Amino acid sequence: METAPKPGKDVPPKKDKLQTKRKKPRRYWEEETVPTTAGASPGPPRNKKNRELRPQRPKNAYILKKSRISKKPQVPKKPREWKNPESQRGLSGAQDPFPGPAPVPVEVVQKFCRIDKSRKLPHSKAKTRSRLEVAEAEEEETSIKAARSELLLAEEPGFLEGEDGEDTAKICQADIVEAVDIASAAKHFDLNLRQFGPYRLNYSRTGRHLAFGGRRGHVAALDWVTKKLMCEINVMEAVRDIRFLHSEALLAVAQNRWLHIYDNQGIELHCIRRCDRVTRLEFLPFHFLLATASETGFLTYLDVSVGKIVAALNARAGRLDVMSQNPYNAVIHLGHSNGTASLWSPAMKEPLAKILCHRGGVRAVAVDSTGTYMATSGLDHQLKIFDLRGTYQPLSTRTLPHGAGHLAFSQRGLLVAGMGDVVNIWAGQGKASPPSLEQPYLTHRLSGPVHGLQFCPFEDVLGVGHTGGITSMLVPGAGEPNFDGLESNPYRSRKQRQEWEVKALLEKVPAELICLDPRALAEVDVISLEQGKKEQIERLGYDPQAKAPFQPKPKQKGRSSTASLVKRKRKVMDEEHRVNEHWHGPGLPQAAPSCLCLCPCQPATSHSVPVSSPSPVPRTRSGRAFSSSIIRRRRPSPRGPGHLPWTDLCAEPDSRVAWEQSLPKITCREMSVPWNKEVGAVWPLPQLGVDSCLLGWVGIKEESDFLDNVSGSSCGPVPLPLAKHEAILGSEGSVSCLYPHPIPCGCCGLSFAF
Amino acid sequence: MQWPPPWRRSPLVSATPPPGPTRGLLCPRRVSEAGDSSTEGARTGHRHYVTPAESAMEGRSQPLPSLRPASPTNAPAHGRGSDCTAKEPPLANVCRQNYGAAQDPVEPAGRRSASHVTGSSLGKAEVACGRRWRWAELLADTSWSPAGRATEMKVKMLSRNPDNYVRETKLDLQRVPRNYDPALHPFEVPREYIRALNATKLERVFAKPFLASLDGHRDGVNCLAKHPEKLATVLSGACDGEVRIWNLTQRNCIRTIQAHEGFVRGICTRFCGTSFFTVGDDKTVKQWKMDGPGYGDEEEPLHTILGKTVYTGIDHHWKEAVFATCGQQVDIWDEQRTNPICSMTWGFDSISSVKFNPIETFLLGSCASDRNIVLYDMRQATPLKKVILDMRTNTICWNPMEAFIFTAANEDYNLYTFDMRALDTPVMVHMDHVSAVLDVDYSPTGKEFVSASFDKSIRIFPVDKSRSREVYHTKRMQHVICVKWTSDSKYIMCGSDEMNIRLWKANASEKLGVLTSREKAAKDYNQKLKEKFQHYPHIKRIARHRHLPKSIYSQIQEQRIMKEARRRKEVNRIKHSKPGSVPLVSEKKKHVVAVVK
Repeated sequence: METAPKPGKDVPPKKDKLQTKRKKPRRYWEEETVPTTAGASPGPPRNKKNRELRPQRPKNAYILKKSRISKKPQVPKKPREWKNPESQRGLSGAQDPFPGPAPVPVEVVQKFCRIDKSRKLPHSKAKTRSRLEVAEAEEEETSIKAARSELLLAEEPGFLEGEDGEDTAKICQADIVEAVDIASAAKHFDLNLRQFGPYRLNYSRTGRHLAFGGRRGHVAALDWVTKKLMCEINVMEAVRDIRFLHSEALLAVAQNRWLHIYDNQGIELHCIRRCDRVTRLEFLPFHFLLATASETGFLTYLDVSVGKIVAALNARAGRLDVMSQNPYNAVIHLGHSNGTASLWSPAMKEPLAKILCHRGGVRAVAVDSTGTYMATSGLDHQLKIFDLRGTYQPLSTRTLPHGAGHLAFSQRGLLVAGMGDVVNIWAGQGKASPPSLEQPYLTHRLSGPVHGLQFCPFEDVLGVGHTGGITSMLVPGAGEPNFDGLESNPYRSRKQRQEWEVKALLEKVPAELICLDPRALAEVDVISLEQGKKEQIERLGYDPQAKAPFQPKPKQKGRSSTASLVKRKRKVMDEEHRVNEHWHGPGLPQAAPSCLCLCPCQPATSHSVPVSSPSPVPRTRSGRAFSSSIIRRRRPSPRGPGHLPWTDLCAEPDSRVAWEQSLPKITCREMSVPWNKEVGAVWPLPQLGVDSCLLGWVGIKEESDFLDNVSGSSCGPVPLPLAKHEAILGSEGSVSCLYPHPIPCGCCGLSFAF
Repeated sequence: MQWPPPWRRSPLVSATPPPGPTRGLLCPRRVSEAGDSSTEGARTGHRHYVTPAESAMEGRSQPLPSLRPASPTNAPAHGRGSDCTAKEPPLANVCRQNYGAAQDPVEPAGRRSASHVTGSSLGKAEVACGRRWRWAELLADTSWSPAGRATEMKVKMLSRNPDNYVRETKLDLQRVPRNYDPALHPFEVPREYIRALNATKLERVFAKPFLASLDGHRDGVNCLAKHPEKLATVLSGACDGEVRIWNLTQRNCIRTIQAHEGFVRGICTRFCGTSFFTVGDDKTVKQWKMDGPGYGDEEEPLHTILGKTVYTGIDHHWKEAVFATCGQQVDIWDEQRTNPICSMTWGFDSISSVKFNPIETFLLGSCASDRNIVLYDMRQATPLKKVILDMRTNTICWNPMEAFIFTAANEDYNLYTFDMRALDTPVMVHMDHVSAVLDVDYSPTGKEFVSASFDKSIRIFPVDKSRSREVYHTKRMQHVICVKWTSDSKYIMCGSDEMNIRLWKANASEKLGVLTSREKAAKDYNQKLKEKFQHYPHIKRIARHRHLPKSIYSQIQEQRIMKEARRRKEVNRIKHSKPGSVPLVSEKKKHVVAVVK
């Protein structure tokens, strides 16, 4: 890599001194001489001071700029390119060694970017289009500005790191407590409350207050940082769950029969009898909805700002006792005893989605703060992490010895599972990645079985409620280090809280807006747009926006007339059609559906299919050479020239590649392909298709006695001497047999359609 | 284990745990310090009830093992009775870092808890603090040696200094640290939508456009003129020949002139603001000084020109000492002469108004009662071109920012914005009035204009929209004859039949007066939100809602029905004719009869 000399130090001593004697010292108003060699001094310095102020030569500056970029590959974002570095030279001749605005890391910009740049702008009128482009540019500018403001964030996230390669799970709480400062150590405490049975707990949204309720009626709320008790009561009834409402001043307690709301003095404010036998509570802070799951199987949404029940949904799945909310879109996730998790919104009577998660019942569900991952654990002792971005597929699975009864995500994506009296925490690679279940990050054993778990927001603290009371654990790296003062401020004063409360109530999001994609509101409502357009056409009797059909001008002479242009274009189009058709080679079954099955279940060592010398080039109906690219694309493989690189086909062992193509109208049912997990190269599909097609031909040629509708002679002049069906299957495991219908592979059930 | 990633590992907070028994092989489990509180209580000599939460908190009352690598810690307190009881109080500097922890670690536990005895006397609670548990049986892949770790680890916990987040004194502003990470601001779109909805509602709540009514005229106000230099000065001419000069800030009349016999047909100020011209039904053009006469002097015009015909309008050149009048013909006058330097006519009808172009100052436009709009170039003796519309145009007004754009107020309830380079199709047809439009005036920004109508209302139209954004009316306002937009683009004046001049805000919900920076920021933010969500049906409905007087409302309904019927008929004609035989004429082209050059 080229390194540019730093400004001020770029003066090679000897050579230039000779020049110095010859040349007159350059004044700052004089034109700078263009240097001949890189690294040479621009001009003889008059004195040392001048030398230090000496600007870089333009060439050097350019190199410097480039090298800066290449050194930090994550910093190529340059909002404004300075085309001409000399132009910013000041009066003194000094040049800014870092011209232009400071570079911004791309991934940070990406975090703030709300638009998808990869998506093409819709086809629209010029005016709309320019407006969209302006909006996009503004958006980018804004995200860059926001990314710059990251610099002002005061706090760094916590972390825990064992001595070189040591497992952090071996580090116990006492070690952490010893190691950290006294203020952090004070955050670790145990409340031994054995008398009132297993505890549920909840932190307020600011993370400053803690409420807990024991099964035997003990309810308390405290400022856990200063350890100031706010209230402590015994409700003389079983407490199933406890939850702070929007602020720490209100507290919802699910008691044995009804739902009660207390204030922070412990005074009962409401008894909500429409929510009876509530087992779990969730509060949606931006909607001011208290979601309750009850034994009766109802999911009830209570608007706590007006005291009305917004929706009571019958989940039709028996007793509900597994619930969590998706903080990203306020969708409620319920876990059921039949192993499914269902996603609910108050606007819909039916679940938004149902995910079959486990073979047994679902014991716990948790969703991370970005709404990307859902962790579930079931009676089958499995812990799974699902992707919620449309696929709802499990990303990782782990079997736990006892199975997790409680799950929770932290703000920075740590996953905690309570298994019996043990708490296990997993961490991922950074904030946006799912926690990897390979190795726990921390483990801790409690004095009783876990009954409730929650990470404290904005703190590296995990609160665990168990039969023996409450334990506040230290989990470095759990909490978001920098809070937003206008959103939830742990240090807010009473006035600030009141002001926030008013503002939050003013912008209470209606319950109807809860849906899977919270940004859906910003999308263009295409359906009603088209409906409106249709209605307008109906009303007016004509389409006011319709373009008149193109009428070529009746020009008589000249080749460049519009009509002949159109004619020529049409010709070209026809040719393109012909090109596409040429794959319907002679004698191939035209009507047979195209499916080529690749079976990933037989790992084999060979990576290639034996193919003999290059075949003669087949010719198509249109007279073109039959894809000479096949021959060209065949690459030398370790087995010699006759081997097709089959590894290339098995690019992604897990993914199902569906590719509709009209090209090879042949069907081979089962093509066992050796899989190699190391192969990660994804090959362009056309190439894949070409190769497989060729093989298919080969197969047909060989097995033509199986297929009546394919005559061997018309199969194409590709007499590739493949071995017998069995031989291929046995030794090379590449092509097993060919059938005219797509039948899923017998051994693994997967059929890959190409 | 890749947590934390290498770039996040900072050497700043690497704590070396103290050597000694903590790390030793023989490090035993820490005995629960359950007895602490009870023994303490016993020592103080009285039995007291301790609430569970309170007593549980006492676990913290003993000093914590602190981050001091050099000092031997209290950790060996765990042991089979072989604990070191000498507990070292934390150092002063460490105490200062005791953010949020129990403030007095050496406070006897009993004292605090005794002061707070609640109804739920739950007995004593066991306290286990920093208990070490080792367990290996849970995970097969983590097989640990039973020996203790003699290793070092790096740990950093979030530990905020409250001083950085709380204001120092009550005189300071509260500190509000911001983090713009979208993950901390969920539901961005729905919340913005609700904010936009609230802003729109508030806009309607605060929409109080009417400011003042200037009364004093003894007949209907026929014409208005702005002072070119003083924002507060306005001139008005009435139907009884009276001209009044008003001060808008004091909202009173500062001067009254009986200028003409009969109507004051037109009034205009000189570009320098020292004098103004009036024309009246008495066939005279009079020039007046802007300042009143001295004490004891007669109110007399500077000049009076006696013409042969009635003048119906007057406008002054924007830069030179030239003015134009209209009547039977358009006359261009030099201020120094008593005869017009040029007279132009095209057709034989009376011309109702003439206007100079403010940018291309030699251009004029006039509208005549034979339904046409004629454009003139002052430098040549003949008119440029004219466009003939369906009905008569009452006034035109040039766009002050775009030289070639003008808007015509038409008798057919519409306004037409023309590009003078292509008169065959108006750029926009502005429809909302339900009666003849009598006057129009542009905002100095050139983005909007205001129109006065015979339907007793004034409307504000954006130049590029066919529908009005605002309608102003009051119970007492009669047919509005003249309207002006003030030069600071903030106010609108209209003179009406019932002898009053009314002052309106151009932006109905605008707050007058000086705004603080926060107010300004909030206003801008709300404005942007309203703009962003303006097309959402709920917001659009609220933003568009106007209360209208019954006469206008019923007129709108009636005209809608009429228009619908006409359109239906047209559609039917198209439907039942041979395709292409009935041409489809757009609304813009419908009203233009011809363009003559």
